[in-house]
Amino acid sequence: MSDNVKVSIRNLYKIFGANPQAALKHVLDGMSKADLLKTNGHVLGLRDINADMREGEITVIMGLSGSGKSTLIRHLNRLIEPTSGEVGVDGEDVLAYGEEKLRDMRRQVMSMVFQKFALLPHRTVAENAGTTLGVRGVSKREYLAEADKWLDRVGLHGFGNHYPHQLSGGMQQRVGIARALTSNSPIMLMDEAFSALDPLIRTDMQDLLLELQKELHKTIIFITHDLDEALKLADHLVILKDGYVVQQGEPQHILLNPNDPYIEDFVSDINRARVLRVRSIMTPLDGQPVPPDAHGEVGYDDTLESMIARSGGDTSHRYIVMRDGQPAGTLDMTNLVKALVPRVASEAAARKY
Amino acid sequence: MATYDGLFDALGLREWCDASDTRKTTTSMADLLASTGKVEETSILDLPFPSLDALNDACAAVIESRDVTKGVENGFLAIKDTLRVVLDPLTQPLSWILDGALATFEVIPWFFMFPLLALVVWFASKSLRLVGFVMVCLVFLAFVDLYDHAMQTLAIIFVCAFLCVVFGVPIGIAMSRNNRLQRAIIPVLDMLQTLPPFVYLIPLIFLFSVTEPKLYGIAIILYAIVPVIRLTDLGIRLVDKDVIEAADSFGMTDRQKLFGVQIPLALPNIMAGVNQTIMMSLAMVVIASLVSAPGLGVLVLRGIRNLELGVGLVSGLGIVLLAIILDRVTKAALDRVNAAQKH
Ligand SMILES: Nc1ncnc2c1ncn2[C@@H]1O[C@H](COP(=O)(O)OP(=O)(O)O)[C@@H](O)[C@H]1O
Ligand SMILES: [Mg+2]
Repeated sequence: MSDNVKVSIRNLYKIFGANPQAALKHVLDGMSKADLLKTNGHVLGLRDINADMREGEITVIMGLSGSGKSTLIRHLNRLIEPTSGEVGVDGEDVLAYGEEKLRDMRRQVMSMVFQKFALLPHRTVAENAGTTLGVRGVSKREYLAEADKWLDRVGLHGFGNHYPHQLSGGMQQRVGIARALTSNSPIMLMDEAFSALDPLIRTDMQDLLLELQKELHKTIIFITHDLDEALKLADHLVILKDGYVVQQGEPQHILLNPNDPYIEDFVSDINRARVLRVRSIMTPLDGQPVPPDAHGEVGYDDTLESMIARSGGDTSHRYIVMRDGQPAGTLDMTNLVKALVPRVASEAAARKY
Repeated sequence: MATYDGLFDALGLREWCDASDTRKTTTSMADLLASTGKVEETSILDLPFPSLDALNDACAAVIESRDVTKGVENGFLAIKDTLRVVLDPLTQPLSWILDGALATFEVIPWFFMFPLLALVVWFASKSLRLVGFVMVCLVFLAFVDLYDHAMQTLAIIFVCAFLCVVFGVPIGIAMSRNNRLQRAIIPVLDMLQTLPPFVYLIPLIFLFSVTEPKLYGIAIILYAIVPVIRLTDLGIRLVDKDVIEAADSFGMTDRQKLFGVQIPLALPNIMAGVNQTIMMSLAMVVIASLVSAPGLGVLVLRGIRNLELGVGLVSGLGIVLLAIILDRVTKAALDRVNAAQKH
């Protein structure tokens, strides 16, 4: 992983309607999405989006349905043109691209995975997976070989000659992923790629994606409306509401410090013990000596759930947090218990006394 | 006395009327009746609609309605020659193709034709049962000596339906990509589809000589091309938006999208259009016998003209059999396309 910004979005606005530029003035003057629709008949899709997506990371964009997630991701490969703002990829201004250059970028740099799979029903699985190479003029023999390689990789060995309708939803989406991987592009855009799948299959697919990512280090922009999925996948989390960014940052940090009631709502009914990790709530050593009374060593990336199991529920225990074989901090079980209570609850409690 | 005399008097137009009065060079039936001397009892119930003829009775300056039909005719005759200069060479290849196809079907002996058609049916449908059925029908037709006529009909349908597809699919594609073009073409298609087939024949007869095959060729094509255009347009517009978006996201050019995605996915609809086009060609080829199209229609016509009941009915049965064959085979081909791309 590096700190290189691969995709950057600056002051991006998108307004749907007959005269977006005129409507933009109202939005810049602070008109809300609901008012804009009522008085102007324009839909505010995105408002002042600023976000950086780092190379080799999974950036998850999360929000309720209608919050503008699909609109945002389609700006990256310009399936939708912005009303105003900048989109940069590798430091280049994508909006300045002509038709030819834009097509090249879509072929070489970005590939997309869709919620409804969007496979070609009249082509075999292998031909589908090879489409991304086929459009570049790669010969059929070559792209089928490459497609087979990636189909194997996503667990579809031997299905190359089937047709999409012969496959289950989960398998079809594996074809969708193989198709994106076959293009060998550094950036992958995934618009609710797993939302149409059954929960168990969805978990499988998330695991598959993480496993692939460990090896391939793509820059992935992943969209979801499901917080559990977001927390499982995200290196960087962007939360959208009504077309604007409510909060973005490291997911554990957002979970512990939600800055908006909207996010608190989101966060309130997830299993915090399973999602939060030791590293997010430990007390760093900062040069202090390792306390001698600790009950043992725990991993930096362990979940709180595993800690509770380990301590047998005893809140008086104290552990040393080990990172790469070195002690990095200490973990008090009392702190752990506090972290399990959502902030809303703790604030309400605080107000009472 | 004409009914509307009073009207022109009241409007003070009497002079204008009489000025151009050349006083009846022709005598109408009504005048004759009037001159028999019977005094008509006029009641309000007899009030005629103020049509051109009724008004002309009262005022000679108003034209008669036969002047209108005459005017239309003259207008058409005036542009006819120019139209012919343009259309004649443009449509001449159609005559050649039709003549060629008819000659070819005639030259191929039946013992080659049968296996050839069986092969065509097999490739279209991949169904041995259908091949068997088609062969039984053809053997029956040949047995009652309708083979030659049936082959002529078939030859004309092949040519016309093929040309309908050649012209109709691109027109449909163009319509699907341009809303304005679609709005302009749909009324024309509506007109072509609702006009009774006989009406097409009238201007065509004046434009081309009745002995030319292109006369009925054009009539059949105009009549039968509508469904293939409509369903191509519809089919392409109905292609899943998500798939189109995916195609865009992979950087497909318009061409790659058209041939790799839109046409293949619209194929079930296009094939349904082709099926209808073929059926309509068959319907029209029978009517086109009125203007010298050879085939089973000629026999039907003979049955009507000479009251040869048996000839008319048997050749009618032949047409029904051809219709069933063509319908079954194109439907079977359509089903194969559908099966290949279930969602
Ligand atoms: N083409 C369009 N025309 C008008 N409004 C649109 C269009 N596309 C999206 N919108 C509106 O923009 C908002 C965001 O939509 P979308 O990006 O699809 O949301 P999400 O993917 O988060 O569910 C919604 O209010 C939607 O109605
Ligand atoms: Mg969406």
